[in-house]
Amino acid sequence: MTDVLAIAEHRRGSLRDVSFELVTAGRELADARGGDLHLAVVGGDVDAFAEELNVEGVDTIYTVDEGEEFNHDVYVQVAQQLIEEVEPSTLLLPNSVNGLDYAPAVAERLGVPIVTDAIGVAGDDPLEVTREMYGSKVETTIEVDAPELVVTIRSTEWDGAEGEGSADVQSFEADVDESQVRSTVTGFEEAGGGDVDIADADVLVSVGRGIDEEENIVLVEKLAEALDATLSSSRPIVDNGWLPKNRQVGQSGKVVTPKVYIAIGISGAVQHVAGMKGSETIVAINTDPNAPINDLADYAIHDDLFDVVPALIEEFGGESPL
Amino acid sequence: MKILVTVKEVAEAEDDFEIDGLDIDERYLEYDLNEWDDYAVEEAVSIAEEGDDVEVVSVTVGPERAEETVRMALAKGVDRAIRVWDDDLATAEMLDVGAKADILAAVVEEEDPDLVFTGVQANDDAFGATGVALAETIGFEWAAVVNRLDLDVEGGVASVHRELEGGVDELTDVETPAVLTIQTGINEPRYASLRGIRQAQRKPLDVKELGDYGLDSSVLETPVSRTAMYVPETESDATVFEGDAEETAGQLADLLRDKGVVEG
Ligand SMILES: Cc1cc2nc3c(=O)[nH]c(=O)nc-3n(C[C@H](O)[C@H](O)[C@H](O)COP(=O)(O)OP(=O)(O)OC[C@H]3O[C@@H](n4cnc5c(N)ncnc54)[C@H](O)[C@@H]3O)c2cc1C
Ligand SMILES: Nc1ncnc2c1ncn2[C@@H]1O[C@H](COP(=O)(O)O)[C@@H](O)[C@H]1O
Repeated sequence: MTDVLAIAEHRRGSLRDVSFELVTAGRELADARGGDLHLAVVGGDVDAFAEELNVEGVDTIYTVDEGEEFNHDVYVQVAQQLIEEVEPSTLLLPNSVNGLDYAPAVAERLGVPIVTDAIGVAGDDPLEVTREMYGSKVETTIEVDAPELVVTIRSTEWDGAEGEGSADVQSFEADVDESQVRSTVTGFEEAGGGDVDIADADVLVSVGRGIDEEENIVLVEKLAEALDATLSSSRPIVDNGWLPKNRQVGQSGKVVTPKVYIAIGISGAVQHVAGMKGSETIVAINTDPNAPINDLADYAIHDDLFDVVPALIEEFGGESPL
Repeated sequence: MKILVTVKEVAEAEDDFEIDGLDIDERYLEYDLNEWDDYAVEEAVSIAEEGDDVEVVSVTVGPERAEETVRMALAKGVDRAIRVWDDDLATAEMLDVGAKADILAAVVEEEDPDLVFTGVQANDDAFGATGVALAETIGFEWAAVVNRLDLDVEGGVASVHRELEGGVDELTDVETPAVLTIQTGINEPRYASLRGIRQAQRKPLDVKELGDYGLDSSVLETPVSRTAMYVPETESDATVFEGDAEETAGQLADLLRDKGVVEG
């Protein structure tokens, strides 16, 4: 029982990148533990998916032809049956919104521990998982001294596996108990829309919780105007209703790649970074020199935004509203 | 109808902090109600305000200090609160997902709610797993990362939006009883009014021990342990602009002009 089983993720006809990252992480783990890497894909066009997933490092691919889209009740049952078949030591799943919708249930059903949002895995036995705490300010080592466990991995921490593979592709017949399927996915809905597309902007002035009060939003509006830039934000600003949803950068907002991204009072949480790390030049204005956004920034000002932003507005001939 | 809301008091590290052993030194931590739980409380309280005869109960597994946070939830309209704590919990090395799910499951069994709301994640250790693990333990249906909820009490269905990546919502019908993990932005959490804060003082806040739920310290046994905490080596190769605000703003302005992305 040194094998690793990973389950790919797909949505609306496409595999998600994390599926290939699972292969890289899974291979690493399987090598450390001296076992094989098995990969399963559940639902959708499983044969086409299997072909795409047949990259370097995968030993076996199980195709499970069950439904079109993700349904957690189905996935939990299939995962359980796959585990009975494969008997892996580690079940590796994505720390995605859907991963978090079934990984804890699988762990609980099997009575095995779960460690979520891994950014590193090492050691054969016990397994050592690296994960962050306190808003990415610290890292921790979590040791799991158990023969079997579930681990979910953070997206983009591992490179996606490539290269032609030679996996043995097998179809796996799952036996889904329909009476235990108590949720139904009825559709999808695109959020957002609206007047601006922040993804089109060359320069984004992006504001976070450091702005403190709704009344202060005028300050960054004024800066955006002075720079002829577009205003975007982190999630809490949208949650508070201070800016509309179409301004949100991040995992659940937009992915942006402007020439310059100016992060003002934004800490750089992983879900935010997911949306802006591809920016050409990143500038951070933040009082906290240790805020994770600094790891990404090309230029940083460790100072109070309420001092720096007015000065910047004036540099461009504007007048600070505060 | 009864809604149980799990709430956690979470710690946030100050800008400058020190690590003492396996955690940040207590002196550099500030405590608050977990952001996600604030939205969960609001969702439950607003359902109670719209319907007849809806009781909202909140539960936390935490030390005495957490009562401040629990009182906050009471001040915002929660009817009654439970805090689970005892010597075994106080000396436990780590409360992992499985242990939390087992403890909360015992509370659910006793309270018999129709719905359980948890936050998507606790902002300090951010497992993002307790709600779904709890659902499986108690045999409830569930949905994770819910940013919209329409409840059909009679029909026993919760129609939810689950917020997926990339600005896409998944629309799902979930049979009740269910555990929903609540995402920020689903509503606008209220501030506690002065009247609410006064009333909260008189609302019941029961302290329970594991034994009160027929549990013992074995529920805390886990193969999962934290063996190290450290500040990761900075990957920053940022050019830091130094000086007062005028100077740093000037340097940034020059940079933007050099890049040719701004006029003036
Ligand atoms: C499933 C899920 C999806 C999510 N999706 C997204 C998403 O799409 N986008 C997103 O942004 N977040 C998302 N989040 C939320 C994310 O985890 C963080 O909570 C959020 O990004 C934090 O926003 P922030 O940086 O503005 O606030 P905080 O983390 O509170 O940071 C505020 C920063 O401002 C600084 N600051 C304070 N005062 C000043 C001042 N006067 N001058 C200068 N700096 C100051 C502080 O040092 C701090 O670094 C998601 C979370 C989950 C669980
Ligand atoms: N100690 C606790 N007491 C009560 N509820 C908790 C506790 N820990 C976590 N929760 C709930 O579970 C949610 C997710 O937490 P986590 O899985 O730890 O990220 C939180 O938002 C809380 O609602």
